[in-house]
Amino acid sequence: MRTPLRDSAADAMKIVVVGGFGVGKTTMVGSVSEIRPLSTEEVMTEASVGIDDASRVRTKTTTTVAFDFGRITVSDSTVLYLFGAPGQERFWFVWDQLFAGSLGAVVLVDTRRLEDSFYSIDRLEHHDMPFVVAVNRFAGGPSLDAVREALDLSPGIPLVDCDARERQSCKHVLITLVEHLTRLYV
Amino acid sequence: MNRRPIDRESPDRLYTVTGGRTRADETAFDSVSLIVSECEPVPGMQSEHVKILQLARRPTAVVEISAELRLPVSVVKILLRDLLDTGRITVRHPSAGATAGKPDPDILRQVLVALNDL
Ligand SMILES: Nc1nc2c(ncn2[C@@H]2O[C@H](COP(=O)(O)OP(=O)(O)O)[C@@H](O)[C@H]2O)c(=O)[nH]1
Ligand SMILES: [Mg+2]
Repeated sequence: MRTPLRDSAADAMKIVVVGGFGVGKTTMVGSVSEIRPLSTEEVMTEASVGIDDASRVRTKTTTTVAFDFGRITVSDSTVLYLFGAPGQERFWFVWDQLFAGSLGAVVLVDTRRLEDSFYSIDRLEHHDMPFVVAVNRFAGGPSLDAVREALDLSPGIPLVDCDARERQSCKHVLITLVEHLTRLYV
Repeated sequence: MNRRPIDRESPDRLYTVTGGRTRADETAFDSVSLIVSECEPVPGMQSEHVKILQLARRPTAVVEISAELRLPVSVVKILLRDLLDTGRITVRHPSAGATAGKPDPDILRQVLVALNDL
């Protein structure tokens, strides 16, 4: 069942949740979204291939990435879209097509596969996209301090625990991100 | 989530719905630009255009149109370009694009309030 926006909706913002396969992105989007999460795809255009890697222009392969999203009403005129997107290498070819202009990002990590998030953290820094890191606690695992060290996170980047299945927990992650943005910009 | 994959079995459809074009002017639409119909579908219109005009009777983000039509975002942008060029839709652009990466503090405050209310 579709839930349309209000007629007065005029401005949409986006926050992106990035992370490896199975880390809980779809779960997190679903936990806070006011609509049933939707999913779709983007294909990498040849033009955007050319920008990132000239050698690939000659090949005709198109790369497809799937992502899902939900939304949160902010006011009569404003809506926030929350995207769940895979952090693997090919995904970043479509970052500008989809997520340029995002408020910020949440890097969702699983402590059993921390290395899955190295690449995303590098790319977010490269894109100057503010982010926080959230550890989706499946079961125990290392302390936040140990995770911070393993990820080589600078002290200014917030790192929090979460349970992607819990709305209040996901809400806390998003609030942490927006408070971080407020400190950066205000 | 149960959804069928987007036309993996028929790549030709993407070619057909866009009349063979592979690129839209990417700057005309953000992935969360809100699309608003300015007219009702008319007989003889391409079925994807009909669906877009129906969906966008209320403001609808480009990604939502993409999800509903089960077409990639960039293909939807090409379809939207046609509708924009013929005056059948209008676009409400995200303000974030205009502020060069620095969100309006008022907007951030509003987002915080909305999140706290969740
Ligand atoms: N135990 C536990 N399971 C979770 C948690 N978050 C997600 N899951 C489960 O992990 C699986 C993968 O989650 P999903 O959101 O699909 O991951 P995605 O690939 O990142 O979108 C699903 O079966 C979820 O129910 C969590 O915090 N704790
Ligand atoms: Mg998923």
